[in-house]
Amino acid sequence: MAESGVKCVVWDLDNTIWDGILLEGDSVRLKPRIQEVLDNLDRRGILNSIASRNDHDLAMAKLRELGIAEYFLYPEIRWDAKSVSLRNIQKNLNIGFDTLLFLDDQPFDRDEVASVHGDVWCMDSRDYLQILEHSRLNPKYVTSDSALRRRMYLDEITRRKEEEAFVGPKEDFLRQLNMVFEISEAQESDLMRAEELTYRTNQLNATGKKYSVESLDAMRRDARYKILVCELRDKYGSYGKIGLALVKLMPGAWNLKLLLFSCRVLSAGVGGVLLTYLRNASRDRGARLTADFLDTGHNRMMRATYMVSGFTEEAQRSDGITVLENDLTDVPPLPDFLDIQINVNWSVE
Amino acid sequence: MVESNLNIFNSGVEFSDDDNIFRKGFVDSLFAVQLIAYLEAEFGIKVGNKDMDIKNFNSVSNMVSFVERKRQEDGGATFSQ
Repeated sequence: MAESGVKCVVWDLDNTIWDGILLEGDSVRLKPRIQEVLDNLDRRGILNSIASRNDHDLAMAKLRELGIAEYFLYPEIRWDAKSVSLRNIQKNLNIGFDTLLFLDDQPFDRDEVASVHGDVWCMDSRDYLQILEHSRLNPKYVTSDSALRRRMYLDEITRRKEEEAFVGPKEDFLRQLNMVFEISEAQESDLMRAEELTYRTNQLNATGKKYSVESLDAMRRDARYKILVCELRDKYGSYGKIGLALVKLMPGAWNLKLLLFSCRVLSAGVGGVLLTYLRNASRDRGARLTADFLDTGHNRMMRATYMVSGFTEEAQRSDGITVLENDLTDVPPLPDFLDIQINVNWSVE
Repeated sequence: MVESNLNIFNSGVEFSDDDNIFRKGFVDSLFAVQLIAYLEAEFGIKVGNKDMDIKNFNSVSNMVSFVERKRQEDGGATFSQ
């Protein structure tokens, strides 16, 4: 199995980010070129976090003083096993353990993490200057979404805090977010991000299939296909392009070859919104609607998304794909907490 | 019994055993996955892809029949109240 790309680098602090031990009163100094490494990762869309046994407030103050605090998402600075910190980071970012790289100068901590989370890549932090060269830290594409990734996670943290503090039904919270969900036909400039989504998304990919820019572009130019990209925005900012659907248009029958969403929007219910839109669109044009699903062992959420939108098993194809069909009756209204904007022309010239 | 164990229904909405919980808009796919994981753990059944049909989960009554059917298929133990 191919090794997955690293999505987050988790750093120890003492003798890893800086030379010296903060709580022993050392006047710590950043390791050479550490800021350059952090900044470079950030621009590639690779996140940074911290797993350090330290005094939280002191360490955060030091990071701010050194001018690097803002690089780190969900820093875990606590008196706990590092495996606990890694699990918290994994959970908060909602990414796989196999996409985490953990850098620590202490063999004990690396071994402790490796023994609990076998999929985490653990590395001696003295090799930190080499990580930028490694293939697992060189995403095939760096898109406009990549460079914004940290900011989007920061927006998400603000959202979660406000949601926790919000008193009242969830719908009322969603309504005051002023969410705009835009469904558009993919333009050439969207294709890199579309390919990236197929490579980055595992849990929320209905077939697990990856598509290259070239194959997507071929479909984009082919009247028998529609490639739809979805963008979600709210009052905090844009989540970026977070959804992708490939629809094959045959006379009287539409087949949804791929449906995927970024894990950033797991809880926003947008999967159901896109499927509701597609159910209406196909019914209005007199076409049946089927969808491909392939169980990858990780994507039960997508099977459930189809189920909740009224798709049932229709046939098993010889390539292992399960074809689901929608009866197109009983389509629910679109939720009123979302402003849905459509830029799709279904007419076939 | 299913209902009393489903503390994930936490928003205080009122519904009967036969109400379609999905159509009423109480739930989404994230909820569906949690619900299915709960049924698997609580009643020792395995929900396969073939079982992923909204008709098995869209009301408390339908969930009870589904769980009973799965338990019979899987080894004859019957579902008791």
